[in-house]
Amino acid sequence: MLGKHLLSAADLDREQALTILDTTTELASVTERSVKKLPTLRGRTVVNLFFEDSTRTRLSFELAAKRLSADVITFSAKGSSVSKGESLKDTALTLEAMGADAVIIRHSASGAPLRLATAGWIDGTVINAGDGTHEHPTQALLDAYTLRAHVRDGRGHLEGVRVVIVGDVLHSRVARSNVLLLHTLGAHVTLVAPPTLLPVGVESWPCEVSYHLDPVLSGADAVMMLRVQAERMAGSYFPSTLEYSRMYGLDARRLDRLDPGAIVMHPGPMNRGLEISADVADSPQAVVVEQVANGVNVRMACLYLLLGGAAMEGDGQL
Amino acid sequence: MTSTIIRGGALYGEAVQDIVIADGSIDAIVPTGQIAADRRFDVELDARGCTVIPGLVDLHTHLREPGREDAETIATGSQAAAKGGYTCVHAMANTSPVADTAGVVEQVWRRGVDTGVVDVRPVGAVTVGLGGEQLAELGAMASSAAAVRVFSDDGLCVHDPLLMRRALEYVKTFDGVIAQHAQDPRLTQGAQMNEGELSGRLGLAGWPAVAEESIIARDVLLAEHVGSRLHVCHVSTAGSVEVIRWAKGRGISVTAEATPHHLLLTEDLVESFDPIFKVNPPLRRNEDVQALREAVVDGTIDIIATDHAPHPREDKDCEWAAAAMGMVGLETALAIAVQVFIESGLMDWHTLADRMSVTPARIGQVADQGMPLSEGSVANLTVWDPTMSRTLEAESLTSKSRNSPYLGRELPGSVRHVVFRGTATVVDGGLA
Amino acid sequence: MSSARVVLDEADIRRAVRRIAHEITEKSRGTGDLVLLGIPTRGVYLARRIAAAISEIEDQMVPCGSLDVTLYRDDLRLRQVRALEPTEIPPGGIDDRTVVLVDDVLYSGRTIRAALDAINELGRPSAVRLAVMVDRGHRELPIRPDFVGKNLPTAKDESVRVRFAEVDNVDEVVIQGASEVEPSRGVDAR
Repeated sequence: MLGKHLLSAADLDREQALTILDTTTELASVTERSVKKLPTLRGRTVVNLFFEDSTRTRLSFELAAKRLSADVITFSAKGSSVSKGESLKDTALTLEAMGADAVIIRHSASGAPLRLATAGWIDGTVINAGDGTHEHPTQALLDAYTLRAHVRDGRGHLEGVRVVIVGDVLHSRVARSNVLLLHTLGAHVTLVAPPTLLPVGVESWPCEVSYHLDPVLSGADAVMMLRVQAERMAGSYFPSTLEYSRMYGLDARRLDRLDPGAIVMHPGPMNRGLEISADVADSPQAVVVEQVANGVNVRMACLYLLLGGAAMEGDGQL
Repeated sequence: MTSTIIRGGALYGEAVQDIVIADGSIDAIVPTGQIAADRRFDVELDARGCTVIPGLVDLHTHLREPGREDAETIATGSQAAAKGGYTCVHAMANTSPVADTAGVVEQVWRRGVDTGVVDVRPVGAVTVGLGGEQLAELGAMASSAAAVRVFSDDGLCVHDPLLMRRALEYVKTFDGVIAQHAQDPRLTQGAQMNEGELSGRLGLAGWPAVAEESIIARDVLLAEHVGSRLHVCHVSTAGSVEVIRWAKGRGISVTAEATPHHLLLTEDLVESFDPIFKVNPPLRRNEDVQALREAVVDGTIDIIATDHAPHPREDKDCEWAAAAMGMVGLETALAIAVQVFIESGLMDWHTLADRMSVTPARIGQVADQGMPLSEGSVANLTVWDPTMSRTLEAESLTSKSRNSPYLGRELPGSVRHVVFRGTATVVDGGLA
Repeated sequence: MSSARVVLDEADIRRAVRRIAHEITEKSRGTGDLVLLGIPTRGVYLARRIAAAISEIEDQMVPCGSLDVTLYRDDLRLRQVRALEPTEIPPGGIDDRTVVLVDDVLYSGRTIRAALDAINELGRPSAVRLAVMVDRGHRELPIRPDFVGKNLPTAKDESVRVRFAEVDNVDEVVIQGASEVEPSRGVDAR
């Protein structure tokens, strides 16, 4: 149904994306029970291989795997900027020797999950938990799930839904995965950022692009704020955090321009006061906390769909 | 001294003739069959069905010794060069220690002589330690036994315009040439691949074409201003070609090289994130490949140079960002050139010989190399067999490293024989 | 086209549903604390029909929902991963109630075993009973139905298909020989 790995939102067609979201709906009820456990992946070993620090995503995957009764090992290796590939390959070989059925990998190098899946070091399933500035497919899935539940009174599908994504698109894997997945699901995306934070060639992406935030707010069903790192100032991407907030930050004034039914999203962690004001972060229209809860359920769905059946060959054949 | 005969080869792909070599030089060239079949020579090389050209000269090779002998040595690199049809290579200076003194260049030169398979011409660094701050002792290197004439910080750009100006002026003393690795470091920090739509999609930091073109534009104007010679290493973009064309049109003394991989491969290969395709400058667009091909044909780009860059397996067996940049190329350069230029009819063998032997020798000022196939020339010859096509396997590479992007690819022929200063270094496709 | 034999037609099914409804209410002495849970896909349609029949007999609505057992199956790794079906527990839940599991075909009993595990996670019913349209024998576990539409002895290489108009455009139960098995939406209950 999904193939052997989940590496990129670009790999999912409409049917596969909807299957993941529908499976999430079924699994969400497990979270509501007092005994939040299913036996489905009992006996499977899932490894969290986190080369980049991320408590939030790591715990989310850990919880998802445990709820399905899988055995979970967490390996966090802080890769420095000069860490050699020996770390990845040798780590992979060690995990293979331990019998990992699936490896969930977060790495600072774009393409690392694909290398892991295709280099022949391991046999199991690879799930991309975020690679460099390339993709973060499960984030896009939980964002789509959250959108589906809320927008236009939770009517259950995303055709024609208008999503505005604001922030450092150039360095954002969340933006890339979201643009791809939302387009696949029929939603309409507008990216908003200063020109310095938009990648060369963004005109060819399946979305619109604007340098101005205010004009695109009314009519939007959802606004997704991306985290902006203050360190980007050192690279001269923008002159000051104040100017950035003034032009691209979501504050109470801008929140007012949104339709009352529109939601505010953020992949976290938030820079309160930079890309999103505290007022907005705590407003009823902000669904950030719900995104986190949905994250566990979406990841349960992905784990189930990838590992819940017979093992696949590398090309997705049984 | 050994006497050698090469029978039945087509010189420059034209007249089929026999070549008699004695005392390290071409003694006689006669129509094939004229020399009696029973006349005895020490070495007999069968070249029927083959093309004979002057021995290839590489102006851009990395032999890694001293310092990275795990990747390649002067000995293994020389052998790989010979297998590829080369009789002379210029060894770049980014070794450890850097080749920025007479001592190191002489050491490299002597190792090459002792190996005795190709002429190893050390390239001297432009700046001390490749640091880009202080001129190295260019004069001492020039008057050393290595007689350095080509200077380059390759691997790094001579970024400081004042330093580049001084270097261009200084080498006029001994008619040397500065070979620039054109890459503005400020525009390419952390760069991983060509900047464009693909890099944006793949989430890899981009290496914009303008970072190469702006340095070349600056350097040709500097060369014009001070009246010196400039050579541009591994040109990779269509824009760079236009700058060089403009400069030559103005009479500026600039020469340029392109690598086989930049004449064949494009950036789409990076989608696999397989670091075998990671190289500096990066693989570019198809438009760039086409512009480079046209430039090699019309001479705007004067030579083909390999930028042979061996790396041990662990430096490529990893994720893209952690991988080293570079591809080996000595053993496949001629095959790729044949595929791109000869088989397509874009060029004849005279022109190819010019791009891969005659002109590189001229730029590097190597007297005994790149000589015409005629009586009296020093006997540096390459015999190319178009019928010996093969699929490139890692085990068949002579280089110590295996980072070739052509593994598994069918190559349109092989080097059959190579004669170096009158001695056969490659016979029937194998090292002699 | 095939050697499929129709063993129950539309009228037979209707009568079986009525009889099962009567048996259920007789055993429970009314509808009191009953909850019907159909196992997707066709068990759900059967559960609804039984619930409708009960409400006619007793003039009372019986809560009716669905219970997907996929996640509790013991044979998941033998086949390609299966999509999940909806689980809808009626308001009022299952605690202290009599749950009647409803499925179309009872075969090895493994589906029902999985259903019992699923129920266990959802609450603590006072009793669990089982109603099936067809019992085709070949039990692999100690599971027995409380209410049966028809007992059909079969060979292991035969397959039994229950078809409901809601999804198959016809009401019937057919038996097919192994070589004529046609693909159907639901896998033969095991």
